[in-house]
Amino acid sequence: MIWQLDLIILLMVVVCGVAAISIRDLLGAAIMFGAYSFMMCLLWSIMGAVDVSFTEASVGAGVSTVFFVAAVFRTTRRTSD
Amino acid sequence: MKRLGLVAVIIFGALLFSVSFELPDLGDAQSPASTHVSPYYIEHTLEDTSVPNIVTAILADYRGYDTLFETAVIFSAGLACFFLLRITGRKAPKARFYRHLPTGLTLRIEKGGRLPEESREFERIDSVWVPSDVIINMTCRLVVPFIQLFALYVIAHGHHSPGGGFQGGVIFGAALILFAISNNLRSSTRRLSERSSALLGSGGVLIYLGTGLLCILLGAGFLNYSGLSVLPGLDPVSARSHGILIVEIGVGIAVTAVMVWIYYNLASAGTQEEGL
Amino acid sequence: METVGALIIAKYNYWAVVVLIVIGLYAMIAKKNLVKKIIGMNIFQTAIILFYVSIGAKRGATLPIIEHAHGHGGHAVQAADYINPLPHVLMLTAIVVSVATLGVALALAMRIYFHYGTLEEDEIQKKIIGNEPAPGDGTG
Repeated sequence: MIWQLDLIILLMVVVCGVAAISIRDLLGAAIMFGAYSFMMCLLWSIMGAVDVSFTEASVGAGVSTVFFVAAVFRTTRRTSD
Repeated sequence: MKRLGLVAVIIFGALLFSVSFELPDLGDAQSPASTHVSPYYIEHTLEDTSVPNIVTAILADYRGYDTLFETAVIFSAGLACFFLLRITGRKAPKARFYRHLPTGLTLRIEKGGRLPEESREFERIDSVWVPSDVIINMTCRLVVPFIQLFALYVIAHGHHSPGGGFQGGVIFGAALILFAISNNLRSSTRRLSERSSALLGSGGVLIYLGTGLLCILLGAGFLNYSGLSVLPGLDPVSARSHGILIVEIGVGIAVTAVMVWIYYNLASAGTQEEGL
Repeated sequence: METVGALIIAKYNYWAVVVLIVIGLYAMIAKKNLVKKIIGMNIFQTAIILFYVSIGAKRGATLPIIEHAHGHGGHAVQAADYINPLPHVLMLTAIVVSVATLGVALALAMRIYFHYGTLEEDEIQKKIIGNEPAPGDGTG
């Protein structure tokens, strides 16, 4: 486990997490959630948990993001907070 | 309310932070988590089950009971989505939109009237319609079979490389969802209807349960795959390896079907007529 | 008492987990939009998964897949050479459960939108308490 790479990706994870809950457009929040999920997958790969990161890449950055976009399509895209 | 919430979570975070000094150091090989049960699994997996991927062996063999209920949880989530959203034929909205191809006019037909499906001049469109793009259509048609083949590889090779039933099942489901997004939802529903995906989902859980019951019938305990060794050509070690493969296939089928089922219900808001 | 540098290198993953838990919990409590609350729930769940995975890490050890398995038989497998696989197994189930919960939560949010016409929590509360007639059960 290379600790420098670990620290950089941890920083990106926190930034993506804060962005995902602060964007005012719900479609943008769904896409930022997909990016957050992918950064988590990289983090677990670096720590050696390959099965967990494979699952998170396919589930979080794949299917979960599609579910969010489908739900935003059927409801509304604007939010006031 | 926001300020109160911020103060409350910051106090909670400070409490967690003060406790984090008691946790074992990162990377410590003598930490309590790594010295009680897990050395047994690392040292004995290869001679008990002849499966090199330790995570797959623990998931499907040593702790197979948990995985059975995890598959049941995924199926019941699909079932819950179905009960929440599905609107049956009688209450569904009845207006349909058709487009006349030579002139580009759109027709709106109310109260359930419909034009024949195979007509050359009229094509059925969604109420929110964009013209279909040749590049997206052809690219997705070319790519989807390769994604499905890769998903089958991931399921079958889960013994020797990272992967297994769950990951391969999700990738297969994602390939079907890609086909539904690039063409319209109806062309995907014609190939794999919602009823078939629901039946496949329950079929996957039943495969897993059936393997456990087969082991009881052949004399060993529930989900003890060495009981399968009475079948010809198998000794107890390779019987466990094959038992792991069968339950991984069951999990893969269940997960594929449930991902597609939840997508059909979410994207069409229950009507199965129009989608993303 | 170790130096501050050694302390940071030993525990920085746990501090990142605490920060992510605080972000997720804040989103679930203080945001008004239902979809933002659901995103906060998922951030919380992945932070817990990060915690368990970092407990299982071992310095200098390799992935939990046994090398040279069917080639030369006969070397003993040392437990200290491989990363602890047990937290990975538990977290696979946790990821599955989180996607199942996400599907049901989004279906519930869609039904609430079809009934009340909005996804903001304060407007929904006004419609319930003020006894305004709900806009009806359209299918959006």
